[in-house]
Amino acid sequence: MSSTGSEIAVKPQGTAQRTKTRELWRRLKKDKFAVAGGIVLLTVIILGIAAPLLTSYNPYDAVLDQRLLPPGTGGHLLGTDQMGRDLLTRLFYGARISVMVGFVAVAIALFFGIIVGLFAGYYGGLVDTIFMRGIDILMAFPYVLLAIAIIAALGPGLFQAMIAIAIVGIPYYARIVRGTVLSLREKEFVEAEKALGAGNLRIIFKHILPNTMAPIIVAATLDVGWMIIAAAGLSFLGLGAQPPTAEWGVMLSEGRNFLRVAPWVSIFPGLCIFIVVLSLNLLGDGLRDALDPRLKE
Amino acid sequence: MLSYLIKRLLYLIPVLFGVSVLVFGIMHLAPGDPAQVILGPKATAQSLAKLRAELGLDQPVYKQYLNWMANVLQGDWGRSIQMKREVLPLVAGRFLNTLVLTLFAALLAISVGLLAGIVSATRQYSVFDRVSMVGALVGFCLPVFWLGIILQFIFGLKLNMLPVSGMHSPGHSGFADMLPFIILPAIALSAEPAAVIARMTRSSILEVIRQDYIRTARAKGLSQGGTIWHHALKNALIPVVTVVGMQIGYLLAGAVLVEMVFSWPGIGTLMVNGIIARDFPLVQGIILLVSTSYVLVNLLVDILYTYLDPRITYD
Repeated sequence: MSSTGSEIAVKPQGTAQRTKTRELWRRLKKDKFAVAGGIVLLTVIILGIAAPLLTSYNPYDAVLDQRLLPPGTGGHLLGTDQMGRDLLTRLFYGARISVMVGFVAVAIALFFGIIVGLFAGYYGGLVDTIFMRGIDILMAFPYVLLAIAIIAALGPGLFQAMIAIAIVGIPYYARIVRGTVLSLREKEFVEAEKALGAGNLRIIFKHILPNTMAPIIVAATLDVGWMIIAAAGLSFLGLGAQPPTAEWGVMLSEGRNFLRVAPWVSIFPGLCIFIVVLSLNLLGDGLRDALDPRLKE
Repeated sequence: MLSYLIKRLLYLIPVLFGVSVLVFGIMHLAPGDPAQVILGPKATAQSLAKLRAELGLDQPVYKQYLNWMANVLQGDWGRSIQMKREVLPLVAGRFLNTLVLTLFAALLAISVGLLAGIVSATRQYSVFDRVSMVGALVGFCLPVFWLGIILQFIFGLKLNMLPVSGMHSPGHSGFADMLPFIILPAIALSAEPAAVIARMTRSSILEVIRQDYIRTARAKGLSQGGTIWHHALKNALIPVVTVVGMQIGYLLAGAVLVEMVFSWPGIGTLMVNGIIARDFPLVQGIILLVSTSYVLVNLLVDILYTYLDPRITYD
């Protein structure tokens, strides 16, 4: 009997969800900047994945007699770096690492941020106090500085940098989710689930969590760009990915020493970071407007 | 107001306690033995044990924390392993240089951001509005360290207009000598906060100037400039102050990156070198000082709200 009841309840909800997604997609498609951002991002991801098919050069093979060739010479479209490596090839391979770090760091921050936000918001009281005071302490550090402090403990490296920026991101999501849960837990559908005897975990993960997703998706899209910049910044400082890794921050840092004679070695990796972050911002802004058209000016 | 201030100051105690525990904990989680770092790889087991006892590393962790905290409160922040100097005067001197850079960048960001935001809002959809908002989007997405390099390349290496590294000319000191050195790092550091402030100011003013009381002021014959200046700006500034406060953290952290690009002698270069050399007392001191300052700046921002909006009582 109860299963039939829940099926009846689920079916219209599923249809409503599909309609909502279709409406969201329709609004998003209308925003040409968001579409452009999405296309650029997708292109960068594809270029990163298909890097071995797109270039015959190895990103790590040094060819010392071809050092610092300007763009367009010797068969190198964007020139070569201080080790004679093809810059375009390294940028393609760098896309894999730099973009991947951004997405993975956001995924880790999201996972823990959602858990903390859900439990703090739903249970309130002592659980909320403990979680949120912990979050307050994390937020007492300027963002990148906390990441640097964590790397001081873990030691420099790409993986460590990714973990560090993910930890820094947790308070951001925890706060967004908690805020949303605080209003959701008083809603009738939560009361109804409680009255039907549903357990707290079922209510949290099956009913409250899906309703917190809209603000989270927007925040996460915008945050990936920040994470990419932060990870590249840590690599630039020598605390993230290490040479000779084809990572945009490392490439930018290495090229700095040759700025006078070969500015392209630093300019192109920075340009790639800028383009990806810009496209993520355009996409994120478009998503936000599509999810809540009232925000659009 | 006074009760709010007292409440906020009391609230600082657990936050600062948490910060100190976290800073101490992070450094103690670090792999490797500080005694080994100090004495080097050739140290004997006997000398290592002796140094550990001298540093108190053979004591339980909570005792180590209490000793460390007691010393910190008395001004003894330990000794830098790498530089063989007391941490507090070393960090304080460098922090002052970072604060100078941060302050310059903040002033630049606030002036440019506010001006662009106000003009954009009052001339919505004009060429200026469109150009400045595209500029704001670009400024928001530019990696600070890359912008620094580009500025170095254009204004330092190509046009030879401004110095590209350091804080003073050799053998010189003083504000006038520092001025050309700070321009490029301050511009690089201020780009993102200026963009955020401009966007926030624009949307905040646009919201306020649609209110009835602004329409009434205009209907009573007040000029547009006068309405903005006397009526709209103060109300529109409240969310802007929030954003400015949030940008302080960005500025302090961004300064670390900008200092590396421009070889600015602040805490950034000191900290990165400290991490690479595993100079834990130094890194610990820097993080503690910066995070404590950050917490205090946030408190000041909160207090500023009450001045801007007397309706906020914080009861």
